[in-house]
Amino acid sequence: MLQRSKYKVIREVLIEWIIRICGISAVVFVFAIFLFVFWQGKGLIFSGDFDFWKFLTTKEWYPASENNPRYGVSALIAGTVSVTVLAMIIAVPFGLGAALFISEFCSPKLKETLKIVIELLAAIPSVVWGFIGLTIMNHLIMELFGAPIGLTVLNGAIILALMSVPIIVSIGEDALQAVPDSYREAGIGLGVTRWQMVYKVLLPAAKNGLLAAVLLGVGRAIGETMAVLMATGHAVHIPFDAEFPFLHGLDSVRTLTATIAAELGETARDSSHYQVLFIIGILLFTITFAVNLTADLIVKGVKGK
Amino acid sequence: MIEAANNAKKFTETTVGRNCRFTEKIAKSVFFLMTLTMVLPLLLIIGFLFYKAWPALSIDFVLELPKNGMRAGGIWPAFLGTLYLVLISLVIAAPIGVMAAIYLNEYAKENWFTRIINLAVINLAGVPSIVHALFGLGAFVLAAGLGRSVLAASLTLAVMTLPVIIASTKEALSAVPMSFRQASWNMGVSRWQTIRGIVMPNSISGILTGIILQVSRAAGETAPIMFTGVVFYKAIEKGDLLAYGLLDQCMALAMHLYTISTQVPNVPDAVPFATAVLLLGVVLLVNALSIGLRIYLRTHRKW
Repeated sequence: MLQRSKYKVIREVLIEWIIRICGISAVVFVFAIFLFVFWQGKGLIFSGDFDFWKFLTTKEWYPASENNPRYGVSALIAGTVSVTVLAMIIAVPFGLGAALFISEFCSPKLKETLKIVIELLAAIPSVVWGFIGLTIMNHLIMELFGAPIGLTVLNGAIILALMSVPIIVSIGEDALQAVPDSYREAGIGLGVTRWQMVYKVLLPAAKNGLLAAVLLGVGRAIGETMAVLMATGHAVHIPFDAEFPFLHGLDSVRTLTATIAAELGETARDSSHYQVLFIIGILLFTITFAVNLTADLIVKGVKGK
Repeated sequence: MIEAANNAKKFTETTVGRNCRFTEKIAKSVFFLMTLTMVLPLLLIIGFLFYKAWPALSIDFVLELPKNGMRAGGIWPAFLGTLYLVLISLVIAAPIGVMAAIYLNEYAKENWFTRIINLAVINLAGVPSIVHALFGLGAFVLAAGLGRSVLAASLTLAVMTLPVIIASTKEALSAVPMSFRQASWNMGVSRWQTIRGIVMPNSISGILTGIILQVSRAAGETAPIMFTGVVFYKAIEKGDLLAYGLLDQCMALAMHLYTISTQVPNVPDAVPFATAVLLLGVVLLVNALSIGLRIYLRTHRKW
């Protein structure tokens, strides 16, 4: 009987083990990210005078104050929420509309071209988007709305919308493609028009996938750093109030991500300011983790298919 | 006569049918317009960037050193730094990513553990880039003692771009028909030999596409390298290809664009625009390469 040499067998076992180890690398890295960020911020969390509830609900962000540094992130959270919500108000209808058009209404050739353009749109680096916000959008908003400065919620939201549309389109299109063709044929066979088929058959069938696409777009918008850092004007400010129109699109704000990016370079290591930035990091990690987990559960169901 | 009129009537459209056709037309044009509003601004913006950058764009702009406090001259140190970061992160991420994808596609069974791995890959892709920066700072710069260096920044980029490679490699591997593997197994060939001899050669170009995508992603990222090894300015010699050591700090194109557009006052307009166009050009070119490869593959597939 032909036998492989012992050396070869051992080598193969070794390689298979390396593959297994690499296989779980993603899990290891996700845990490592949480642990290392937590480890840098833990000094402040366990120091006794850190009140997590106060951290979340007060709006005074004076981290560099000599006598009385105050760390309240509610204004930063308001910044992130306002930019994200406005971005989604713009991006969701356009993204889903474009996904429907690409998936159902256009010719195969146009479909290929549009998918490539969408892919290129997704590839534009965030710092270039930020630069576009800082220069082109800034001037446009100042001229169109007569605002004193164009680096506002609206500017950041438009940039974020353009950035998250490609995700919504490509994942939404996948969700529409996942609906079996027999559904479409059944509809068309009854003599309905394409739009009736989309509205009555496709949308109900693909609604979970479309919802997941929107959620992933939200996740991307919350986590985006450079573009909002450069485009939203960098003022710690809550752009909401109780009266109509509730959200002031022409106010400057600052987001959670932008705060870390702007201030980490200027803080001394292990100072409480430094540690509070890592706590914001944990907060961001938790939010995006929850969003992504929800999207996955919506698509695959709790038990998984 | 009457009969003929009746026949003609049979084929005229009812109000319901006309309304349906009308709504159909409206729906189609609305969706088309929505798509157009997403695509058109992109083309306009890129055109405008080029228009503004034109006066400064030249080969010299790439090969010159920055002068006069980065207000004039070229971007050579930043360009070289990006090249270093991309190549080193590629060398780290590509083997790990490809093997992780091999595990997921060839070895993993369908159970809760595999689901957790897949979930982790999705989450790794969804972690905000600034949190990756915090991780890189905590893990590579401080805990591993690498300091702010090219290596620490590349490692951070590698972790960040890992999901890109895993996802696209997995897709390439799963495109190889199961019957290929079964034929190989039936000859008594082991699992790993099948992967190396049958699965990999048949999916290598698909794997390459994913690796190219990783390059484009790594070249454009700013936040993860900000605190892990990239600095505003570093003096190197002109034309020196080996200017940065593994443990040196470096400059990078994306960071350079951020610096000259927000931190340095009185920069003439054309310089940041030219930097933006160059960065955008590099990223889009690499992406186009990946797309082209994919289209070529689809038309030249052997099965």
